[in-house]
Amino acid sequence: MTGYLVRRLLLLIPTLIGITFITFLIVKSIPGDPVLGMVGERADPETIERIKKELGTERPFILQYIGYIGLIIKGEMGRSYYTNQKVSEAILEKFPNTLKLALGAIIISSITGIFLGIFTAVKRGTVLDRLGSFLAIGGISLPVFWIGLILMLVFGLYLKLLPPSGMGEGNLIYLVLPASTLAIPSGAYIARITRSMMLDVLSQPYIATARAKGLKDLSIIFRHALKNALIPIVTIIGLDFGSYLNGAVLTETIFGWDGLGRYAMDGILKRDYPVIMGAVLVGTVVFVIINLIVDISYAYLDPRVKVKGEK
Amino acid sequence: MKRFFNTNRVALVATVILGILVLSSVLAPFISPYDPLSIDLDRIKESPSITHPFGTDNKGRDIMSRVIYGARVSLSVGLLAGAISMTFGLFFGIVSGYFGGRIDRGITILTDLTLAFPSLILAIGITVVLPPGIYTVLIALATVGWASFARLVRGVVLSVKEFPYIEAAKGIGCTKFRILMNHVLPQCIPVALVAMGLKLGGFILLESALSFLSLGAQPPTPTWGSMISLNRIYIHSAPWMVIFPGLAIALTTISFNILGDALRDYLDPKFKV
Repeated sequence: MTGYLVRRLLLLIPTLIGITFITFLIVKSIPGDPVLGMVGERADPETIERIKKELGTERPFILQYIGYIGLIIKGEMGRSYYTNQKVSEAILEKFPNTLKLALGAIIISSITGIFLGIFTAVKRGTVLDRLGSFLAIGGISLPVFWIGLILMLVFGLYLKLLPPSGMGEGNLIYLVLPASTLAIPSGAYIARITRSMMLDVLSQPYIATARAKGLKDLSIIFRHALKNALIPIVTIIGLDFGSYLNGAVLTETIFGWDGLGRYAMDGILKRDYPVIMGAVLVGTVVFVIINLIVDISYAYLDPRVKVKGEK
Repeated sequence: MKRFFNTNRVALVATVILGILVLSSVLAPFISPYDPLSIDLDRIKESPSITHPFGTDNKGRDIMSRVIYGARVSLSVGLLAGAISMTFGLFFGIVSGYFGGRIDRGITILTDLTLAFPSLILAIGITVVLPPGIYTVLIALATVGWASFARLVRGVVLSVKEFPYIEAAKGIGCTKFRILMNHVLPQCIPVALVAMGLKLGGFILLESALSFLSLGAQPPTPTWGSMISLNRIYIHSAPWMVIFPGLAIALTTISFNILGDALRDYLDPKFKV
């Protein structure tokens, strides 16, 4: 197990190098002066000189890249062209909000997804199954930004049940609409996976044994079948984290949620390159690290998983 | 074909819907009731009526015509991006799986790296540095999309290349190129096509998301994503300006996903992408 852990952690290094290399390539191809691109046009001449020296625009490409990594490790991702705020500071400030939104969405999507999946699996072949499966396919097909606007229109503006947008000083009711919006595609995905996992498990002999013993359906479904179907489902929930990051850019924009996604969107609209690159970099690194944690916990949780290279 | 649709009524409906969408986007200049760009300031934000079935927008442009023209961008970009991604995926997957060794390791690292990025975020990274427009969107979608095809195809090639008939082809002196083109590639096509069926909806969603973020085809070209983005400030006073372009996206992607699912179940129920 320790060996596996170390190997996985070591594998993280080439991935991170690759990601920073790609973002560096993107930074280099941004129109205009790459140094201004990093520090912002309003930066004082001393900072520009210092960054220029550290990045070394005259040095060979590979040394420039090393300079870029050095800057990032120091948290130096440049300043916004417009507000002159440090990108790293802004990201630290906004990240908790995105995390809150993502956690809310994960809770909603897991509960609804797993229940819909179990329901459609148990009612297999009936009209209800078809309806549920259609809902699930709809969920992964609808554009997040549109469904968000529709929810806002119906629940926020017509029915006036929920606040249509904003953060409301941390009041949880403001979280309901954006988190639900973000939860729809992943919830639908979870429902599809749960359905096929449950169908798989329900056809196994030990379920027939449980039925033969005269156990109640509910007990069979939740205590016997779900337990075994759950591990791959949990993995999917974790690995699907990328869809939350993708969705956060769109959802936060619509609902005026002051997180990383909206920060990135503002950057895009103003062509504020340091902001965009900071958001791309941080978003991807978070995604990679979460994937790693999920992978490791998967190997840890399920004793049946044979860790590669360990015999 | 007939058997496929007999067992999949829903897939038949999806195909018909997609056929209508493709046809209407090709015939857009003939069937759209108005010019999608013509501004009529006397008729701004009109609700849906017989003369304007989907209503008009804040500049009096007919939304139905704009939705029909928007289909051109979404469908052509989605299909082309799918085709390009599949071609690159086939190429890299076959080369990597067949030759193995260093080439394989190199391509696998590239594949893993691409898949390590959240798709929309990578696409944003690419579109912000290239000049905005349809070609940039295509490049972004293909960059995001090729990797999963490559990974899938590589797996197929790894098993195919052990088959005796490949050995036989080598034995009678076929060139590597001939073996790859005539004997390996045909085995990969079905898998790649199924994967494409499952991914087309995703490509169209990604295109509309980029358009929504103003990173897609630029105004005045009407696209579904940009219509939603530009019109969303009017959602309270004129919801139809947002509802219809979104319905168009939803209809297209749902149809593609249903068709992709049915295709997969039909060709191989155990096949998972």
